Amino acid sequence: MSEIQTIVMPKWGLAMQEGMLAAWHVEEGATVSKGQEIADIETSKIANAFESPVSGKLRRILVTGGETVPVGALLGVVADDSVSDAEISSFVDDFQAKFAEQLAASASEKGPEPETVEVAGQRIRYLQIGDGAGTPIVLIHGYGGDLNNFLFNQPALAEKHTTYAIDLPGHGGSTKDVGEADIAGQAKTVLGFLDAKGIQKAHLVGHSMGGGVSLYLATHHPDRVASATLLAPAGLGPDISMEYINGFIEASRRKKLEPILQMLVAKPEMVTGDMVEDVLKFKRLDGVDAALKKVRDAVFAGGKQALSLRDQLGSVKVPVQVIWGTQDKIVPAKHSEGLPGSVKVTTFDDAGHLIHMEKAAEVNQAILAFAAAD
Amino acid sequence: MQLSREDLLKAYRRMVMIREFEEAVHEEFSAGSIPGFVHLYAGEEASGVGVCMHLNDNDYIASTHRGHGHCLAKDCDEHAMMLEIFGKKDGLCGGKGGSMHIADLSKGMMGANGIVGGGPPLICGAALTAKTLKNGGVAVAFVGDGASNQGTVFESYNLAKVWNLPAIFVVEDNGYAEATSSRYSVAGSQVARGKAFDIPAIEVDGSDFFAVWEAAREAVERARNGGGPSLIHSRVLRYYGHFEGDAMTYRPADEVANYRANKDPLMLFRRRVTEAGLLEGSALDEIDRSVKDRIAQCVVQAKAAPEPTEADLLTDVYISY
Amino acid sequence: MAKKSYRQAISEALSQEMERDPTIVIMGEDIAGGAGAEGEQDAWGGPLGVTKGLYTKFGPDRVLDTPITESGFIGAAVGAAASGLRPVAELMFVDFMGVCFDQIFNQAAKFKYMFGGKAKTPVVIRTMYGAGFRAASQHSQCLYNVFTHIPGLKVALPSNPYEAKGLLIQAIRDDDPVIFFEHKAMYDMEGEVPDETYAIPFGQANVTREGDDATIIAFGRMVNFANTVADKLSKDGITCTVVDPRTTSPLDTETILETAAETGRVVVVDEAHPRCNMATDVSALICQEAFDKLKAPIKMVTAPHAPVPFSAALEDLYIPSMDKIEAAVRSVTGKSH
Repeated sequence: MSEIQTIVMPKWGLAMQEGMLAAWHVEEGATVSKGQEIADIETSKIANAFESPVSGKLRRILVTGGETVPVGALLGVVADDSVSDAEISSFVDDFQAKFAEQLAASASEKGPEPETVEVAGQRIRYLQIGDGAGTPIVLIHGYGGDLNNFLFNQPALAEKHTTYAIDLPGHGGSTKDVGEADIAGQAKTVLGFLDAKGIQKAHLVGHSMGGGVSLYLATHHPDRVASATLLAPAGLGPDISMEYINGFIEASRRKKLEPILQMLVAKPEMVTGDMVEDVLKFKRLDGVDAALKKVRDAVFAGGKQALSLRDQLGSVKVPVQVIWGTQDKIVPAKHSEGLPGSVKVTTFDDAGHLIHMEKAAEVNQAILAFAAAD
Repeated sequence: MQLSREDLLKAYRRMVMIREFEEAVHEEFSAGSIPGFVHLYAGEEASGVGVCMHLNDNDYIASTHRGHGHCLAKDCDEHAMMLEIFGKKDGLCGGKGGSMHIADLSKGMMGANGIVGGGPPLICGAALTAKTLKNGGVAVAFVGDGASNQGTVFESYNLAKVWNLPAIFVVEDNGYAEATSSRYSVAGSQVARGKAFDIPAIEVDGSDFFAVWEAAREAVERARNGGGPSLIHSRVLRYYGHFEGDAMTYRPADEVANYRANKDPLMLFRRRVTEAGLLEGSALDEIDRSVKDRIAQCVVQAKAAPEPTEADLLTDVYISY
Repeated sequence: MAKKSYRQAISEALSQEMERDPTIVIMGEDIAGGAGAEGEQDAWGGPLGVTKGLYTKFGPDRVLDTPITESGFIGAAVGAAASGLRPVAELMFVDFMGVCFDQIFNQAAKFKYMFGGKAKTPVVIRTMYGAGFRAASQHSQCLYNVFTHIPGLKVALPSNPYEAKGLLIQAIRDDDPVIFFEHKAMYDMEGEVPDETYAIPFGQANVTREGDDATIIAFGRMVNFANTVADKLSKDGITCTVVDPRTTSPLDTETILETAAETGRVVVVDEAHPRCNMATDVSALICQEAFDKLKAPIKMVTAPHAPVPFSAALEDLYIPSMDKIEAAVRSVTGKSH
């Protein structure tokens, strides 16, 4: 097949406009396969391994290590040997010309932006992407997180579903007055959000504390839940790293916060300076400190998870899957052991707590597969 | 409005307190037991007390180099003041302010001021606070005839009038800016200066407690009622030099003796109230005695009080840093 | 998050804080603009429109146009702070400190100490600084180093809109007197600024770039110059750490020393004149505390020891340029073109 395939700078999250290709893992002329980690890319938010979107021979590398280019810029060209070098050069010239035009045209374009909705007197911020006809997907972040935590997931999921990533009360751009701070209270807010958006049933994807919220809804309100994908969730055991939770609350300086955030991932270099700065910016907002403490005291009272739904998991009426990184330092992956056979469990050995960032492609596939089964 | 017996006793007690305080400081400074510079208010008692009798703790005053009298007139604690002037740890300002910066904001005393003309802008601010919070407060800037030529004073007249502030400017004119006569240094008149800003202004004999009291009553009432600023030109007499140690060779040799004999504010007050039968001499004698004892006691205690230590050097620079 | 200008960020901070706390009043020359005139009373919002609209929103009791009387109204702000308000006074150009400095450095700065710790003077003085407007010698100076020298004052130098809002809110809530420096060439600079209120703590530097080859410590507007230079040099394989101290008093000496030690090659960029400025201050600090970590002499990039000129040609030469910063970094790293 004489097709020419492109590898371009990916868009990781809405805010990303450019990325730096930190280093290639492969050289020109190498054969790459889809899903293979071929480069390290750093955005202002996060550094991550970049998986090849295509398979074939990497005939041309256009961006060298250390260079920063816009999203969509041509990084490399994949084609088999039947394509001549001249054909590749002309393809590249053509691509670059069109890309320059597109870039100029899109400069004024606006992508989807977060919106807010009032739920029981609270302002809830959410980001909607996609307008698929099927059952929508609702993404719920964990403690101290926000809707941007799904930056590697939401665009991919939105290709098939309407997706909503929400900010829980006290988090992101939602109201900082958390009200009922325990998981049941947070679940009430999510239900209220579903009502406000006219969503009868949703596939829930919840991370960590948000996983606990999803699990709570699956067990208590199965009529509203099509499926639940639980990413390193709360609610399946007593353990929680209070070193992380308290460190997150207390660190007001970059130097202190950086090692705390590095606990979230298997590879600490994934945490960029800007990611730390973004968390600091969130923590500086009026009301956040009180909100974080209130949620901590409700959800992790006495240094243990307050809610355990492990025993109810066997009788839950909706499909539930659990995905965990075995290097999770926040909620241990051992909580995924001994779950009822009805629960699909996937673990990754080379990932930590931010499993949906560290294993974005795999997690996205698992969510889509799960959601497709309904 | 009349002064009650209690008011009269209080006024006399405050004036005597100032006199005894300053005489004691004079003596101790001459003996070398007080550090730094001191500027004494002796002879000017009726002016500060006549004004401050109308004020309460919510009202502010800003003072001058010559601030002990205003402090005492505003009811600051004489014991803590004496310790402060001796530079002691338990002084009114922890020994960090001393004579020239003595202050007690809890009494509405915004400080003596080492900067001539430093106080009037501050007092515009205190008056603005009262006006904004609508708490009925007034603010009084005492300035000398020397300060009256500073730009800050004119700026404050203007600002107080423009903003219609409950501010009162009391120009205590003792005739000398340091060594320079106000006959030389002040162009025009203080009253005319006030009037130029459309500020009601009056000249009073600052040695006459009752004259000052009456002028201040009107000014304070005007300020409390939203009528804006006033100016009082209070002509007073300075018994000592600009600072202690000043040989006063610029003054006529008999000037102070003459004042003490004929224009002393305490003497004038005593004569007035006893002749009018408002107070009996024995009550005033009792005040004289008790205040003298009290000040003597303050001096003894101030001398014995502990000095601040190294640990105090760097405290109180900021509230948080 | 919305994009907002430096000007909007400052205005929003004032507005939101005034809504929160009724004891906050703002005052200055033409901060409403039009007081007593026959036309619009809220005509200006200051000469550069920063406070526009606040008079209409909060009324004449809380937004006070002053006569041109810096000693008078800066002193009044200080006195009001010492007696229960939280005034934010606008000293239009910091160059005008010459006519009101006594009220700042002898009064506001010293009350707490002189009065034995019993005073609280929560006044903020917002002031415009810096060259680049062809405003010549009396409207273009930096002078933050002068205020930094005075114990009792805090000095903030926001380098972008996010910093401006957060540092101003902190300044207003702070119980000590704060001099808040706004660079006149930055009012139209845009950046992401949260709609919600937030305070950036004083004395915590912001590390805006992380690199291995050199550490650039820059102040105020110069932080943006340093960032641009760092980005440019990174394409040539020279990576820089850029430190924005945010406040010169208090100064985050810890971050400065740490980042200086990490690379051992330091450039300090300060728009102020070179004698007794922040560049000399920080350089002395590093020499005293981290001399053994230095691999090259510290370079200072500053304005010259001359008044700010009027002529555009001269002023462009006067302001520390990105070229000069780049040359300094290349020099300390030993990596020339």
